[in-house]
Amino acid sequence: MAGSEQLLDYLGRYFPVLLFIGIALAFGVVTLVLSYFVQPKYPESEKLSTYECGSEPFSDARMPFPVRYYIFAMLFVIFDIEVIFLYPWAVTFFKIGLVGLIEMLIFIALFVVAYVYAWKKGALEWD
Amino acid sequence: MAELALRMAFSLAQITVVMGVIMLTIMVLTLAERKVLGWMQDRMGPMEVGPYGILQPVADGLKLFFKEDIVPAGANRFLFSLAPILALVAALIGFAVVPFGPDTTIELFGIQFKPFIISDINIGILYILAFTSIGAYGVILGGWASNSKYSLLGGLRSAAQVISYELNVGLAIVGVLLLAGSLSLVKITQAQAGWFWNWYVFAPPFPQLLAFVVYVISAVAETNRVPFDLPEAESELVAGFFTEYSGMRFAFFFIAEYANMILVSCIAAALFLGGWNAPYPGTALARMGFVQFAWVENVVWFAAKVYFFLFLFFWLRATLPRLRYDQLMRFGWKVMLPIALGNILVTAIAAYLFPR
Repeated sequence: MAGSEQLLDYLGRYFPVLLFIGIALAFGVVTLVLSYFVQPKYPESEKLSTYECGSEPFSDARMPFPVRYYIFAMLFVIFDIEVIFLYPWAVTFFKIGLVGLIEMLIFIALFVVAYVYAWKKGALEWD
Repeated sequence: MAELALRMAFSLAQITVVMGVIMLTIMVLTLAERKVLGWMQDRMGPMEVGPYGILQPVADGLKLFFKEDIVPAGANRFLFSLAPILALVAALIGFAVVPFGPDTTIELFGIQFKPFIISDINIGILYILAFTSIGAYGVILGGWASNSKYSLLGGLRSAAQVISYELNVGLAIVGVLLLAGSLSLVKITQAQAGWFWNWYVFAPPFPQLLAFVVYVISAVAETNRVPFDLPEAESELVAGFFTEYSGMRFAFFFIAEYANMILVSCIAAALFLGGWNAPYPGTALARMGFVQFAWVENVVWFAAKVYFFLFLFFWLRATLPRLRYDQLMRFGWKVMLPIALGNILVTAIAAYLFPR
C-alpha cells in the first residue's frame, strides 16, 4: 500500500508542527492562568478607565476611521493573491522552461497594469 | 507503536529545547538591546540588578508575572485576553520549520532522527508566511478590544503597515525560491552549500542582493521596529495597540515582538546567507578529523548569522529617526514593491539564460 505509506510520511512531517502549535498555545494559556493566581487585584473605577492623557475619557473609543485603511487592505488582498500564484511557478521554474517563463511574463504584465492603475488613481497616496 | 511513541517523545523534547532557547534568547535580547543602545549613546545601560545588570531580564520577567492584570472598563474581555495569546502563538510556531543545524541523522533506540530540524515540510516558507500573518490579527484585535482611542489607532496603523510590507517580503523571496526550486527551508539551505558565493545573496547567475535589501527593510517594518515603529510611536500614540495592557498580557506582546525579530532573522539567514553553511565548503572541524562534532560549527554559524541581524535591529534603532506614516506607506508601495517585482523578472530571465 503505497498510499498509506505516503499518508504516514505526510503525518510524520506535520505532526511535530501540530505539536509545536499545541505547546505554544498551552504555554500562553498556562502562563496567563498561573499569573492570574499570584497577582494582586484591587480594581478601582479610576484605574479601570482607559488612558487619555489624564483627562476624563469622552465618547466611544470605537470611532470611525479613515477609509484609506480599507483601500490598502483591498490592494493587499489582490496583490497578495497574485504573489501566491508566483510561488508554484518559481518552484517549478526549471521544469517548465520557456513556456512557463513567457506565461509568467504575461502574468506579471497584468500585475503591473493593475499596479499602474492603482498608482494613477491615487490609491497609493496617503494624505 | 513503540516507534511512534519514541518519535513523539523525541519531537516533544526537540520542541521543548527550541522553546527554551527562544525564551532564553529573548531574555538575552531585552538586556542586549538596552546595553547596545546604552553603549552607542555613551551610557552604561542597566547596571543595578546583578553584576553589570545581567539579571535585569529575570527581574523584569518576575515583575510582570506578579503584576496586576488590568482589563479596562468597556473592553471586550474575551478578545482582550485572546489577542496577546494569538500574537504570541503566531510568533512562536514559525520556528517549527526553521533548520537550526545540519540535516544529519542520528540513530537512537533503532530509530532515525534529525536533531536540528523539528519538521521538514515541503511548504516551509508558505507555512511561516501564513502563520506570521495571524500575528496581525493579535495586534488589531488587541487594539480594538481595549476600548481606547490610542489602542485603536495603533492597531489600525500596525495592521496596514504589516500587510503592506508583507507583500514586499512575499515578493522579495520569490527570486530565492526560483533559484532553489523548493519552498522547504532545509532544501534551500542545502542548495547554498560550498563557498560563500553560493549563498543566494551573492549567487550567480543573478545575485539576490536587491531582494535581500528589500527583505531586511520589510522585515524591520513587519516587526514594527525603529525606524518603522509607527504603531507604537510614543510621542503620538503613547504605546500604540498595547497602551491598555499590563502584567503578563503586556509581556506576551513583548515576547511576540522579540520572537518575530528572531524568526525573521532566522529566515533571512536561511534564505540569503546560507543558513547553517559555513562560508567555506564543509566544516573546519570535520577536516581536522572531528566529524562527529561538525554540527557544532554549523550551529555556531547559523547562530552567528541570526545574531548579526539581531544586532542590525538594535543598530538601526540607535541610528535612525522614525518615519512619517505617509512616507512609510509610500516607501513600501512605490519604492520597495517595484524593486522586488523587477528583481523577480531579472532573476527569471537570468536563470533561464544561464541555468546552473
